[in-house]
Amino acid sequence: MTTFIGICLQVALLALLPPLLLGIINKTKAGFAGRRGPPILQVYYDLLRLMKKNVVISSTTTWVFLAAPLVSVVSVVLAGLMVPLGPTAAPIHFTGDLIMFAYLLALGRFFTTMAALDTGSSFEGMGAAREFTFACFSEPALFLALLVLVKLSGALSLSAMLLPASHVRIGSTASAALVLIAVSLFVVLLAETSRIPVDDPNTHLELTMIHEVMVLDNSGPLLGAQIYASSLKLLILAAFLLHIVLPLNPALVGRDWGLMLVGLLVVAGIIGSVESLMARLQLRFVPTLLVAACLFSGFGFLLIL
Amino acid sequence: MNMLILMATAIGLIGSGVPGLFCHRRSATGQHLAMAINVAASAVGMAAVLWHDIPRVAAEGWHPVCSLPIGKLALSLDDMNAWFLLPIFLISALGSIYGLGYWPQRKHPVDGRKLRLFWGLMSGAMVLVVLAANSVWFLIAWEIMALSGYFLLTTEDGRPEVRQSGWVYFIATHLATLCLIAFFVLLRIYSGSFHLWPRALVGLPVGVLTALFLLGLIGFGFKAGLVPLHVWLPAGHANAPSHVSALFSGVMLNMGIYGIMRVVVTAGRPPLWWGVVLISVGMLSAFSGITWAMAQRDFKRLLAYSSIENIGIITTGLGLAVLGLSVNEPIWVALGLGGALLHTLNHSLFKPLLFMGAGGIIHGAKTRDMESLGGLAARMPAVFRLMLLGSAAIAALPPLNGFVSEMLIYLGFFQTLHGATAAPWAAWVVPALALVGAIALMTFVKLTATCFVGQPRSATAAGAHDPAATMLWPMVLLAAACVLVGAFPVLLMGLLDHAIAAWVPSHRSIPLVGIINVWWITALALPLMICSVGIAWWVHHCRKSVPETSVGTWDCGYAAPRSRMQYTGSSLMQTMAMIFRRILWRREQPPRVHGIFPPPADYACNTPDPLLDRVAEPALKKVGHILESARILQSGAAQLYMLYILLIVLILLMIR
Repeated sequence: MTTFIGICLQVALLALLPPLLLGIINKTKAGFAGRRGPPILQVYYDLLRLMKKNVVISSTTTWVFLAAPLVSVVSVVLAGLMVPLGPTAAPIHFTGDLIMFAYLLALGRFFTTMAALDTGSSFEGMGAAREFTFACFSEPALFLALLVLVKLSGALSLSAMLLPASHVRIGSTASAALVLIAVSLFVVLLAETSRIPVDDPNTHLELTMIHEVMVLDNSGPLLGAQIYASSLKLLILAAFLLHIVLPLNPALVGRDWGLMLVGLLVVAGIIGSVESLMARLQLRFVPTLLVAACLFSGFGFLLIL
Repeated sequence: MNMLILMATAIGLIGSGVPGLFCHRRSATGQHLAMAINVAASAVGMAAVLWHDIPRVAAEGWHPVCSLPIGKLALSLDDMNAWFLLPIFLISALGSIYGLGYWPQRKHPVDGRKLRLFWGLMSGAMVLVVLAANSVWFLIAWEIMALSGYFLLTTEDGRPEVRQSGWVYFIATHLATLCLIAFFVLLRIYSGSFHLWPRALVGLPVGVLTALFLLGLIGFGFKAGLVPLHVWLPAGHANAPSHVSALFSGVMLNMGIYGIMRVVVTAGRPPLWWGVVLISVGMLSAFSGITWAMAQRDFKRLLAYSSIENIGIITTGLGLAVLGLSVNEPIWVALGLGGALLHTLNHSLFKPLLFMGAGGIIHGAKTRDMESLGGLAARMPAVFRLMLLGSAAIAALPPLNGFVSEMLIYLGFFQTLHGATAAPWAAWVVPALALVGAIALMTFVKLTATCFVGQPRSATAAGAHDPAATMLWPMVLLAAACVLVGAFPVLLMGLLDHAIAAWVPSHRSIPLVGIINVWWITALALPLMICSVGIAWWVHHCRKSVPETSVGTWDCGYAAPRSRMQYTGSSLMQTMAMIFRRILWRREQPPRVHGIFPPPADYACNTPDPLLDRVAEPALKKVGHILESARILQSGAAQLYMLYILLIVLILLMIR
C-alpha cells in the first residue's frame, strides 16, 4: 500500500512540482536584489498562457523543430520515473536503469540541439555547440558519481543505489566520498539546467547564452514544453542530489516525504542564492569548472576503493 | 548438410560477378544477374545459419576429400562464427542492391564490372575466413579477401588520391598478413597441426604465448583498425564508392575482431594482462577515433573515424571478457563478450546505413564536404530521416540498437566493482566511455545538422534530390533492423547466449537473460515509439493549423542574413577542437596580419590523420630511403627472379 501511495505521490510531484522550483529561484533572486519579484506561481501562469498561444514556425525549419520539445518532455519524464523522489522505490526500476537514465537525458539533448541547428541561425548554433561541448565534461562527472554509489550500495539500479545512500554513518570514509560527489553533482546540476555560473537564464541575446538561446525560435506550446522539460530536469537532478545528502530513514515514510519536499525547495533556494551571489563564468572557464567536478567525483571514488 | 549449403553459397558469392564479365560494357544485364545471384546466395546462407542456430545443431565440421598437399580443406561452424556470418550475408546482399542505383553499369562502363567481380569475391572470401578450420585455408581466404579489398578500394583508380589511399591499404594489409603468417607458423609448431582454432594449448612457454598474443593482436588489429594500426582506414573508406565503404566498415573490420576473439582463447585461460592490454588499446581507439571524427569536414572520413571508435568499444568489451575469463568471473564474461558481440552486429547495421546515406548525399549533391551542404532535409527527406535514425542509433540513444550493446558493456564494467575478485581499476573505463559517448553524440548531431538542416550553403546543395528506390530500400531495411534490435533485444538474446557459450566451451557461462531483464528496455522503448507516432500526428496537425506564412528565423534585427552566416560544422566543434588540440594535431596556417591597414589574409586549417601524417609517412619514407640499395636485386627480368626462387629453394633444402 505504501508503495502504491509512493508511486502516486511521485507521479503527481513529477507532473506538478517543477515550475514551483523555478518560481522559488526567481523569488530568491528578487529578494537578494531588493525587489518584490514575480509571484511564486508565475511560471505556472506563464505555462498556461503559452499553451493557449499560437506558434510561429520559421520557414527554414523541418519537422525536427516541432518534434524536439515533445521528445525532450517525454525523455525527461521517463528519466524522472526512474529516480526515487521520496523514500520509496521509483515507479520504474530494473538492473541497468542508471544507464537508461543518462542516455534518456542524452536523447533529449540530441533533439534539442538538432532543433536549434534546424533554424539555421548562428545564435542557436552557438547555443547548441556549447550545450553538447559542456555535456562532454558533465557526463563523466555523473558517471563517476554513479560509480561511487554502485560501489557503496552493491546494486545496479537507481532506486536501490540512492535509497541506502542515506544510511551511511556520518564520519566514515564513505560519508566523505558522498560529500565529494554531492559537490560534483551540484555543479552538474547547475550545468545541465543552465544556471549561473555556467549559463545565465535571464538574458537571450548575450553571446554567452546556452539553453535560452537554443530555444530562441520556439514559441507558444513549443516554448512551454521546453521550459517544462528543463524545470523537470532540475527537479530530478535535485532529488538525485538530496538522496545523497539527506539522512532519510525508511521506517518513517511520512517524515521522509516531508524532508524531501522541503529539501527540494531548499535546493531551489540555494540555486537562487548562487545566481544572486556569483557572476557567470567566462565561457572558456566553464570546462575547467566541469573538469573540477569530475575530479571531485574521481577523488570520491578513490576514497572508497 | 549445412556446411555443404554454406560452401555452395560462398562459391555462389565468389562467382556472382563473373557472368557480368561476358556482358557488354554498357548493358545492365550483368549487374542485375550479379545482384540476383548475390541476393539468392545470401538468403540461402542466412537461412542455413539460422537453421544451424535455432534448432541447436551441435558444432559441425566438414572435411571433404579435396585437399592441398599442405592441408586438408576443413570448415567448421559453431554458434560463434554463425554470429559473424549473418552480417556478411546481409550487407553483401543489400549492398549489391544499393549498387544498382549508386554505381549503375550504364554510368560506369569502365569500372562497374571490376567492382562487382571483387565485391562477390570479397564477400565469399569473408564467409570462408569465418568458416575456415585450417590455418592454410584461413590464410588463403584471408589473402583473397584482403586483395579483392584493395581492388574495391581503388575502384576509381584514375584519381590520384584513390591510388594513394589504396597504396597505404596495400602496405597495411601486407604487414597484417606478415604477422598472421608468423602467428600461424608458431601455432603450427606448438600445437602440432594446422587445425583451427585450438582452444586450450597447455604447457606453452610464456614467451611463446606472449608472442602468439602480440602477433595475433597486431595482425588482426591492422584489419580491425585499432589505433595506432588504423592508418589505412580513413582515407581508404573516404575514397571508395559508398557501398564499398559500407562493406568494409560494416563487415570487413569484423573479421579483425573475429580473429582477436579467437586468438585470446588459444591458451585456455588467458593471462590477466591480455585483458588489460585489450581494454587499454580499445579505450585508446575509442577515444582518439571519436576525437578525430569530430574534427572532420569530409563526412565519409568522419564515418570512417567513427568506425575506429566503435571497434575500440568492441575491443574494450572483449577485454573485459578476457579479464573475466582469467579471474573466473562468468558475469564479466557474459556482459563483456555479449556487449562486444552485440555491438559488432549493431555496428554492421548502423554503419552501412550511414555510409549508404552518405552515398545518397554524394549522389544528390555531388560533394563530400559538409561545409558546402545544408538544407538537404527539404530536398531529400527520405535520406534525412534514415540518416537521423542511424545517427541516433550510433550515438547509443534509446530505443535504438546501439544503446543495448553499450548498456551491456557499461554494466559489465560496473560489475568489476563487485564479485569475489573485484577489479576497481577496470571501472575507470566507465567515465571514459561516458566521455566517448558524449563526444559521439555531438559528432553525429554535427554530421546530420550540418548536412541536412538550415539553409543550403552552396548551389549544388540546393539542387539535391532523393535517390532511387533501389538505393533507399536497403537503407530502410537496415533502419528497421536497428529499431527492431533496439526495441526488442530479447529476440537476439538466445543467439547471443549461444555464441558466448561457444567462445570457450569448457567455461561455464551464465546466460545474459539471468543478469538483466531486457524486457524493461522494450517497456521503455514502447512509450518512446508511441511518442514518435504522436509527434508525427502533432507535426501533421501543426502544419495544417498554422497558416502558410513565410516567417524566417529570428535574425535579431539584422535585415540581410545569408546562408553563409550559419554555424558550420567546424564552428560547432571549435571549443572541443581547441581543448583537444594536442590529440588532433592539426595543420594550421594562421593569417599573417601586418601594417595598420592589413591586406586580405587567408587562414587554412586541415585535419589529416595525425599518425599517418606525422609518424607513419615520415618513418616509411626513411625506411624506403634505406632500402633503396636493395633495388640492385630488382632488374625486372623474369629469368633473374626465377633464379632467385631456385637458389632459395636450394638453400632451404640444404638447411633441411
